[in-house]
Amino acid sequence: MLKAICEACGKRILAFCSASGRITLLLLQTLRRLKEADWREVVRQMALLGADSLPIVLMTILCTGMVFSVQTAKEFVRLGASSTVGGIVAIAMARELVPVLVGVVVAGRIGAAIAAELGTMKVTEQIDALRVMAANPVSFLVVPRFIAMVLMMPILVIFANLIGNIGGWVVAHYYAGIGTFTYTNSIKMLAEFYDVFGGMLKSCFFGGIIAIIGCYKGLNAPNGAEGVGLATTASVVLSIILIFIFNYFLSIVIYV
Amino acid sequence: MGNKEPMIKIRQLKIAFGDKLVLNDLDLDVYEGETLAVIGPSGTGKSTVIKVLTGLLPPTSGSVVIDGQETSGYSEEEWDGLRRRMGVVFQYSALFDFLSVGENVAFGLRRYFKLSEEEIQERIAQLLDLVGMPDTQKMLPSELSGGMKKRVALSRALAMEPRIVLYDEPTSGLDPVMTMTISRLIRKTQKQLCLTSVLVTHDMESAFFAADRIAMLDKGKIVQIGTPDEIRQSRNPVVYAFVHGLERKEEDGDGLK
Repeated sequence: MLKAICEACGKRILAFCSASGRITLLLLQTLRRLKEADWREVVRQMALLGADSLPIVLMTILCTGMVFSVQTAKEFVRLGASSTVGGIVAIAMARELVPVLVGVVVAGRIGAAIAAELGTMKVTEQIDALRVMAANPVSFLVVPRFIAMVLMMPILVIFANLIGNIGGWVVAHYYAGIGTFTYTNSIKMLAEFYDVFGGMLKSCFFGGIIAIIGCYKGLNAPNGAEGVGLATTASVVLSIILIFIFNYFLSIVIYV
Repeated sequence: MGNKEPMIKIRQLKIAFGDKLVLNDLDLDVYEGETLAVIGPSGTGKSTVIKVLTGLLPPTSGSVVIDGQETSGYSEEEWDGLRRRMGVVFQYSALFDFLSVGENVAFGLRRYFKLSEEEIQERIAQLLDLVGMPDTQKMLPSELSGGMKKRVALSRALAMEPRIVLYDEPTSGLDPVMTMTISRLIRKTQKQLCLTSVLVTHDMESAFFAADRIAMLDKGKIVQIGTPDEIRQSRNPVVYAFVHGLERKEEDGDGLK
């Protein structure tokens, strides 16, 4: 009994170690092959992975900005702190909410898409075909997706910050009766550019995580249609967990 | 053919997945300009031979010499050098589904040949003509039938002007007419371009038609190797059973005695 439990635990730990190792190797290979990038493909991926995610990102962050304002504005007015609402919404959005939520939304949409696409290529032997045609799958498939995600995430974050603050203002103004000048002035007084910059920096890491995990899961998809499904789910779950873990440490490094 | 150095020389090749031995001390020679068919029932490691010859699967032990180069311990980059001289037709065609038919054929041309756009287009048209699929450049792989995909896969493999072409079950899943068309195509391109080919198949008709020599693989070993006529008239019980589609009595795991 005890032996069986130990064996099961050991198996899990070994699988975890080997997966972490292989993900790290894929990342290193990707970084080493960055200069082999085909820039036309990078731009295509930027449109596909980044620009096409804009609507869902804006929708999510608009609602988040609005709800954050709903929860804070009236209370703050009651406490006589209406001049801090704008700043608090802006800082919370810029530092944490926007990068993390954009990361999660994009992981769901793009991480899944990458894993499904590469997984299908793997099970239909297209990855093997690339290799026998002397085209390295890492430089041909992973590198463009990695670059596209690292470049597009901060851009999504800028747009998300804009829309989130607009959402916050709408609610603060029409629901809690805070004046537009008070709101914008509060943002100017309390928030700094560094808050937004830190969030953009974090989102670059999240973009990298989403691309590498999506590619890793896709390239290692078990055979069959079921395998592609498993790879897709696993990639979303793992990227989201990693985003939360990295977010904690990145926040300490950037803001503390 | 006998005294020439073979184009592909496999010696004592072992492939194991965990405890399962797929290929067991396999010896095989393929000479320049010939088509060798590897036949055998499903699950005997036929496709594994192709994987080893393309460097997709490193051997557990043994040696594989291709065009005079010993490949054991080759890195991915060293394999890439060899692979440029090879064309592979995959079992499920493996066309890149994000590219059109024309771009699939052009994939190798664009990467490894310094050609102008007109030359590339001309070459694509030639290659598609060769396999009997003219004017399909703009189509997508998803719009093609199985047989058409196989033919595009063949012209993609030939685009890199390979010296060695490897076919993995090129006729599986095709109707009898298309099977014959593909077999004829393999024979025709082979003679026209003087290629060295390895044809892995369980389709006897296509092996008899397209191959110069046939090797029968069973349980990870070559049971018999010979001309199509020798194989057809073989007295070896394993070969006889396979060629004539007889069920084998499996008692001690050694097949018919």
